[in-house]
Amino acid sequence: MMDQSTDYHAVVWNEPMIYQLGREGRRGFMVPKVEKEIKAAVGDVVSSIPERIRRKAPPKLPELSEPEVVRHYIRLSQQTFGVDSGINVGVGTCTMKYNPKVNEMLVRSTKISHLHPLQDEETVQGILEIMFRMERFLCEISGMDHFSFQPRGGAHATFTNAQIIRAYHRLNGELEQRNEIVTTVLSHPCNAGSPAVAGFKIVTLYPDNETGMPDIEALKAAVSKRTAGLMITDPYDTGVFDNNIAEYVKIVHEAGGLVAIDQANANCILGRLRIGDVGADLCHFNLHKTFSTPHGCFGPGSAPIGVKKKFSKFLPVPVVTFDGSKYHLDYDRPYTIGKVGEFHGVIPNVLKAYAWIMSMGPEGLKETSEVAVINNNYLVKKLLEVRGVSLPWSKSHPTRMQEARFSLQKLKEETGIGAADINRRIVDFGVQRCFLSHEPWIIPEPITPEPPETTPREDLDRFVEIIHQISDEAYTNPEIIRTAPHNCAISKVDPTPASDPKKWAMTWRAYTNRRKT
Amino acid sequence: MPTHQYVPNSVPRTKKEMLKKIGVKDVNELFAVIPEEIRLTRNLELPGPLSEYEVRRHIETTLSRNKPCNEILTFLGAGCWPHYVPSVCDEISSRSEFLTAYTGDVYSDLGRYQALFEFQSMIGDLVAMDMVGFPVYDWATASGDAIRMAVTVTNRHEILVPKIIDPDKLSVIRACEPLASIKQIDSSPDTGQLDIKDLKEKISSKTAGVYIENPAYLGFIEGGCEEVGEIAHDHGALFIVGVEPLSLGLLTPPGEYGADIVCGEGQPLGMHMYFGGALLGFLACRDDERFVSATGNRWISLTTTEREGRYGFTFVLPERTMYAAREKAITFTGTTTALWAITAAVYMSLLGPHGIREIAEVIMQKSHYAMKQISEINGIRTPIFKFPHFKEFTVNFDKTRKTVHSVNKALLEYGIQGGKDISREFPELGSSALYCVTEVHTKEDVDRLVNALESVVR
Repeated sequence: MMDQSTDYHAVVWNEPMIYQLGREGRRGFMVPKVEKEIKAAVGDVVSSIPERIRRKAPPKLPELSEPEVVRHYIRLSQQTFGVDSGINVGVGTCTMKYNPKVNEMLVRSTKISHLHPLQDEETVQGILEIMFRMERFLCEISGMDHFSFQPRGGAHATFTNAQIIRAYHRLNGELEQRNEIVTTVLSHPCNAGSPAVAGFKIVTLYPDNETGMPDIEALKAAVSKRTAGLMITDPYDTGVFDNNIAEYVKIVHEAGGLVAIDQANANCILGRLRIGDVGADLCHFNLHKTFSTPHGCFGPGSAPIGVKKKFSKFLPVPVVTFDGSKYHLDYDRPYTIGKVGEFHGVIPNVLKAYAWIMSMGPEGLKETSEVAVINNNYLVKKLLEVRGVSLPWSKSHPTRMQEARFSLQKLKEETGIGAADINRRIVDFGVQRCFLSHEPWIIPEPITPEPPETTPREDLDRFVEIIHQISDEAYTNPEIIRTAPHNCAISKVDPTPASDPKKWAMTWRAYTNRRKT
Repeated sequence: MPTHQYVPNSVPRTKKEMLKKIGVKDVNELFAVIPEEIRLTRNLELPGPLSEYEVRRHIETTLSRNKPCNEILTFLGAGCWPHYVPSVCDEISSRSEFLTAYTGDVYSDLGRYQALFEFQSMIGDLVAMDMVGFPVYDWATASGDAIRMAVTVTNRHEILVPKIIDPDKLSVIRACEPLASIKQIDSSPDTGQLDIKDLKEKISSKTAGVYIENPAYLGFIEGGCEEVGEIAHDHGALFIVGVEPLSLGLLTPPGEYGADIVCGEGQPLGMHMYFGGALLGFLACRDDERFVSATGNRWISLTTTEREGRYGFTFVLPERTMYAAREKAITFTGTTTALWAITAAVYMSLLGPHGIREIAEVIMQKSHYAMKQISEINGIRTPIFKFPHFKEFTVNFDKTRKTVHSVNKALLEYGIQGGKDISREFPELGSSALYCVTEVHTKEDVDRLVNALESVVR
């Protein structure tokens, strides 16, 4: 096997905190001037602010010139590993696909960046047309009847769907009785967390030991007249497609509940399965995953929710309508759940995703799911050749969809090296770390890679070779893993402030005040 | 279709070799896990595929029908404001590494963690609070999270908010109602100031928190913040303050008048308006473990590394976030607005302590000039509330017998977008609009508005 070290070393700037770079009197921006006629007309407006509410001392922000600010943040960007930087195959549930540059160029236009959300409809016909057409696209892709772009992330979308479920049962006079949401433990945690924050009780189903899927009988036992709805992810984070999904829908509908399917990771079903056809009442997509918009270091994302016709009256306001010649924003909807965020959602991302769909076309979407699934099963095959790596439930589910959750339990037992250690070592090779698992860890010592369609085969091969080498190290030289990382911008961090209020510092002022005392 | 430029392995030979490795003859074998009866058997009806040139041409043609605020003169604000975005902000926010990274840990993404810690730190300086968290979607979401925090810390279930509040924000706040009932406090019809008598009547031992905003939604400064905070504390309730950040160049930071929790909207700190699509909520609180434990949001802490003198970062109490706590989480969290937080850090470091003060003063001078000039127009009254304003102000058209809708339609003929129509939101204020004037407006812009308004209401 080839040695996978390429003498990679991350940039080490040892960049100080921006506060440490500041020097009194420097400035990075000249504020637009006020005309002398204005000054003469209004006089000293600042002294009109009552003394008791007037700021005494300026905020202690750092003082830097423009070139210093640029250099500082360019250096920080160089110490950040994006999709464009290299292999991100390890980061499952996130769909780290390439973010096309043309889409970025499009949103730099002042024709979108300089639009105010409350402008007269006549002056925003272009963006309304794109929102309207994008809604039609997502309906065609999902089999749903309407979409709202207001939610900005998957958890926000599941929260919005939970509010629609509440509104539906409230209208039927059943909200007090129907206060339970059923979910599965292998669904994304927001399917439990968001409806709980919205006021529901949560019933969680666990996978069967043999099959890795919840038992149909367990679901039948869990639903009752208290069931408000089912909120699950399919395919699961394990990459297993739950082929009982149609049966679940039937069971929950018969019990009077609604069905919301989390389609955040829909990369593997594009053009092959429409959750609306399966009977889902509600769903959501993450444009920052399946639809190629960049992740922005953790947002802004966009997670449009889709609903069947029967539930469109509950959608957040406003919705975009078209009268045959003009587009409108309709706020006058008596059954709406209201607003779930300010204004219309992350519209630049809606535009980027719209551009991506146009670039791919229907064949391209189908090609996306085909190649994503080939990539993943190729990766599964090769990773299972690595000593210490296993794929739980591989007997019942040898084929996985967009990703797979492996276990390093055997490696851990035999060498003491587990998933978190691997993650500290893998970055030494100039690739991004692996996503482990959401909690609870049903699979011990998990890693969950996901190789989207934009990954070249050579990246998959290299990723596997690196895992091979780290596995070898675990068996022969575990110390190199225990002390990792060695080739990164920093060495092993002290994690104790994470849970020690006496040590933690969320701001520079808290940190410096603490040092003084 | 021919090999797509975004999909390297779509070359037929590559696919064939990969399928061979997998051990299947046909790719359809991999999709056999989807039961046949639910599989889509037709092609999706969508346009494309288009070449990059065709995509660009189609979208640019469609967008050309928009009239952005560099083509028409805009006086809209109300939660999304026209401010100048320094070029450095655009440069850094479009850096490929920041744009395309996601959830790497501190070893691969040190720069991302440091930039976000600097965002937390600078917001902390603006609002004078020691604990600042990861950004959230927008001010409305942040105020909802602040309320959930107050309810959890106090274990009480009533929240008081002002009557003068953005109805959209109130709608988001109302999603907290399974947890707490929301009651509204009156304000003085003359000055807009929170009605202390009404506050004292409504506050009780059930009150978890009193939420106010400064400046208020309708633009006036809230002068009695300290007293409101004292009343809240006297009743064992928490004091929550929502702020517009640039105003803090001139206004006392909430941390100095007793706020326990602070939230606000960061869009003015270097984000373009993007049709309301580039918002950035922030949340700060007292340095108290109970407060951090009372939210499911992420917070980054500074820590040390094995190399002497080198900083590292870590997430605080990760077990309380929804990722770990699932249904026990107090707030939902997920992909938020980190790129905008990094951009805001850039903006705050460019402006520095004196730039923030100057821009706040410029905004105040220009908006007061606009009020002064508009108030001289016959039949128009501005501002409705007699108190200093920051950036936004109410304009009343009752004496002109015109609706805001008709005034705004007429202004459009002059290439001007008037203020937000608030006559449905606040019927008691009659035919009124909320106008916004910032550093981007010149004297000429304001004079143009005044001339147009004069003609329109004549």
